Amino acid sequence: MLISRRGVLSAGAGLAAFALLPVAVRAQGAAAAPTQTADEVIAEFTGGAEVVDGDGVKLTAPEIAENGNTVPISVEAPGASEIMVLAVENPTPGVAKFVFGPLAATQAAATRIRLAKTQDVVAIAKMADGSFVRTASNVKVTIGGCGG
Amino acid sequence: MADNVKPRVRVPKTASKDEVITIKTLISHPMESGQRKDKDGNIVPRSIINRFTAEFNGQLVIDATLEPAISTNPYLEFDAKVPETGEFKFTWYDDDGSVYEDAHKVEVS
Repeated sequence: MLISRRGVLSAGAGLAAFALLPVAVRAQGAAAAPTQTADEVIAEFTGGAEVVDGDGVKLTAPEIAENGNTVPISVEAPGASEIMVLAVENPTPGVAKFVFGPLAATQAAATRIRLAKTQDVVAIAKMADGSFVRTASNVKVTIGGCGG
Repeated sequence: MADNVKPRVRVPKTASKDEVITIKTLISHPMESGQRKDKDGNIVPRSIINRFTAEFNGQLVIDATLEPAISTNPYLEFDAKVPETGEFKFTWYDDDGSVYEDAHKVEVS
């Protein structure tokens, strides 16, 4: 994918306009990467719907991760149908998406993720009524976990 | 592609009706992110498990889409409820098209 200077600038202006998401501004640095940016991933998930910060979704992550290769995290959003997890400053911002079926006892999941550097881990839950709730947690990474 | 891929799942053997049971799954897999370079500076191609599903008697419990940011030997923990005696079916989908499966029976008393 070829990215022109003009393309980057206009994309940046668009992001700045989308001030609802503080994540968006920080994700600009990743815009040069050939993969999707964090807000593209979010837009794909939400379909452009408004995302509000709220208590509906809980993200548990360590404050400091010594090894970015395995950072234990868990997400929980009672009443959600889907939860998406993002690491906004990773080379590929998407981390995981959980879709809960009728036999899921709780809308919660735990896993281990890679973090390239100190950054915010973001969880966005799609609630049963179609609204989106977002939360973020800053994780300090001592040793990055994406190789290279 | 990936060698020695072995799923490991922990599920209780018995449960009471509609009890919340925690399921832990792990599958040994390198989860090559596509970001690393080898000694000669060539990018090691991406090779990950990109999807995991858990079903109980054909009903969905969780369907997870995994990205390269999931650690080596992807581990997942989640809660399920079992309305009747039956079998959990766990499926992992590899980038190379391989599908790994594991099944566990649960008796509801």
